[in-house]
Amino acid sequence: MEDMIFYDRLQFAFTITFHYIFPQLTMGLSLIIVYFKWKYLRNNNEKYNNAAKFFMKIFAVNFTMGVVTGIPMEFQFGTNWAKFSELTGGIIGQTLAMEGMFSFFLESSFLALFIFGEKLMGQKLHFLTGFLVFLGSWASGWFILATNAWMQHPVGYEILENGKFVLENFSELFSNPWLLPAFLHNQMASVVTSSFVVASIGAFYIIRKKQVEYGKLFLKTGVIFGLISSLLVAFPTGDWNAKNVAKYQPATFAAMEGIFETEEAGAEIVLIGQPNMVEKKLDNKIAVPNILSFLTHQDWNQQIPGMDQFKEEELPDNIPALYYSYHIMVGLGTIFIGVMVLALFLLWRKKLYTFKPLLWFIMFLVPFPYIANITGWYTAELGRQPYLVYGLLKTSDGVSPTVSSGNTLFTLLGFVALYMLLGLLFLVLVGKTINEGPKLQKH
Amino acid sequence: MEIFWYIIIAFVLAVFFILDGYDFGTGIVHLFFAKKEKDKQVIAKSAGLFWDSNEVWLVAAGGMLFMAFPTFYASVFSGFYLPLILVLWLIIFRAIGLEFRNQFNYQMWKDIWDTSFGVSSLLLALFFGIALGNIIRGVNLGGVENGVSAYEGHYFFLPLWNSSFSPLTEHPGVIDWFTIIIGLIAVVTLTIHGANWVILKTNSSINLKLKGVIFKLNIALAILTFLSLSVWQIVNPNSLNNFVDKPYLLIFPLIYLTGLVGLFFIKKIKKDYVAFLLSTLLILGGITSSLASIFPVILPSINDLNESLTIYNTSTSDYGLSVAFIWGIIGLILLVIYAIIQKRLLGGKVDDMDYGH
Repeated sequence: MEDMIFYDRLQFAFTITFHYIFPQLTMGLSLIIVYFKWKYLRNNNEKYNNAAKFFMKIFAVNFTMGVVTGIPMEFQFGTNWAKFSELTGGIIGQTLAMEGMFSFFLESSFLALFIFGEKLMGQKLHFLTGFLVFLGSWASGWFILATNAWMQHPVGYEILENGKFVLENFSELFSNPWLLPAFLHNQMASVVTSSFVVASIGAFYIIRKKQVEYGKLFLKTGVIFGLISSLLVAFPTGDWNAKNVAKYQPATFAAMEGIFETEEAGAEIVLIGQPNMVEKKLDNKIAVPNILSFLTHQDWNQQIPGMDQFKEEELPDNIPALYYSYHIMVGLGTIFIGVMVLALFLLWRKKLYTFKPLLWFIMFLVPFPYIANITGWYTAELGRQPYLVYGLLKTSDGVSPTVSSGNTLFTLLGFVALYMLLGLLFLVLVGKTINEGPKLQKH
Repeated sequence: MEIFWYIIIAFVLAVFFILDGYDFGTGIVHLFFAKKEKDKQVIAKSAGLFWDSNEVWLVAAGGMLFMAFPTFYASVFSGFYLPLILVLWLIIFRAIGLEFRNQFNYQMWKDIWDTSFGVSSLLLALFFGIALGNIIRGVNLGGVENGVSAYEGHYFFLPLWNSSFSPLTEHPGVIDWFTIIIGLIAVVTLTIHGANWVILKTNSSINLKLKGVIFKLNIALAILTFLSLSVWQIVNPNSLNNFVDKPYLLIFPLIYLTGLVGLFFIKKIKKDYVAFLLSTLLILGGITSSLASIFPVILPSINDLNESLTIYNTSTSDYGLSVAFIWGIIGLILLVIYAIIQKRLLGGKVDDMDYGH
């Protein structure tokens, strides 16, 4: 049984981590593509149209990868988490099925039209198809986060005698106080990822001295989108989310922030430190007093419960992993703001395109927004443990009763091998597209 | 409410098999009949343009099944664990085969992805048929061993096959001689369907030859259908009861028969879309007849201890079903509209289109 849950969790974590590389780019990138297309409609400069089509090509590869790695997610609810599906399907099935019907269809139908239909439709309709792709991809995020929000903070349900959750109030699923902050935070983080990708490709073209005209356009656009989104990720959306965790999952909040002991007169914010689970304290701690209380409650001296206030079984089951995920996310987020502020300053002083060190830095920074996004997702998911539905359904009660650990291990290994191949092909393909550059687009 | 949802899901599934069915079929045609590079390219293109918007029908069907009949979803997905994961991997291989073949102009690269596309299409068609075979044959629900259930009444686990390969034992596997027959029917049907699609969408030089292939395959299909009907009686003696009790259900086998008979005239059919419609009828009739034969059961139990899964004992609350019904209808109308817009705008033969990928 222990093995079984371990392999099931590992498999889900692995497949969803790999999957999440793709939608976080497509959601943000669709916004930037719509922006390019809109600029083209305004100023009729072919450059913007080519930019939109170039990024749509990268979008398409990512979308394909997102689809093929997304179908396993839906399947795994049934194959590996059958008990969970049986008990909660009546509720999260609503949001998941809506995702399929209202967003996935929109995105995939109009993506083909955007890519192949420019000559058939004229520019305004072509813009519209691009906009619908954007709408579809953001709606996708909305429904997925509605599903996740229900697992984090269940609302609108009723539990029957046989343990099944059934829906009692449909509209509560979407007015869940957890949903809107989580959605906005997630979408802004997606825009951060795609801004860095766009800026990084721009920096690459400038450094390589090919496609310089496009390089400048991409870098400028990436920096502007990147600064706005990385600020919005931190404030207000990140702040708003943290307050939600403090309110609805106080044990998670204490573990995330690394507060082992409750301080009577206000909690400090931990910048650096390693959780020591044996002695129940942080090693090598650097912290600023009272800030956490202020950020959470706008009161310097408000008490925040530490982990000592909760029973062992109420605390997340992997506190160090949760703590590090959260701190990596916050740390990287801070770095992104710094880099983008500097880049914008240089852009304003007209020195950005010639300041090589920063160009190189921006070019190689591109994996880090992905890491920040994924650790952010981990923070949410590890924080919810040991529950699948917070406070109501334990993770260990959600696995498939008939599937043995050997089967799960076998399929896990299969997924690892297959996804490594996919990842390699993906890099080759995107590398080739970037290398060819936007001018070679023939549609 | 359960019946409404059953019909909606059956409809979405049927659309999936009709739309993605031709993708599978083009893969099989591609594997066996396309020899020249130009044919291969144009056939891959005829599927590559549409596969992702076709595959979403599977995602939609899965999502709706999950919402409306969660107990069925949980039971079937964990019970058929291994074949379903294999299906996932095949879906991935097929998709990347289609997407990647024209990215580089090296012969070996193309050959690898052509094979990947063709073989996984073939195996997927076979697996989907086998799945249908399992659903009409039924499984040992609750994993009953010597009169005692090993799991809760609706859970089970099926190995890929057992030593006897027979559907008549207490513990049949996913693959046995009965499900293989149904699997072959699916392969032949989808090959016909795919060949019709290639004829409809391309000016490929093998189109004329394909009409001859369809004719031969149709003969094979008629024989297989007859064979499956006779052994179905052995596997499940009650398989015709529904049709005797409710004769109006015979409309479904009749749809299948129309397609089957119609396709014997394939060589004389002038309009390409008529032939495509006939193979559509084949798929539609085949799926609906199978479902109608066991209705309202959706997974028969082959032991006496545990009751079969029906649309009534696996559904969620009435409130959930009714709310979802409202958005479900709106969603469904939208889906049909998108599909029509897309297929109209990207209509015509794919060779004539300025398609750069």
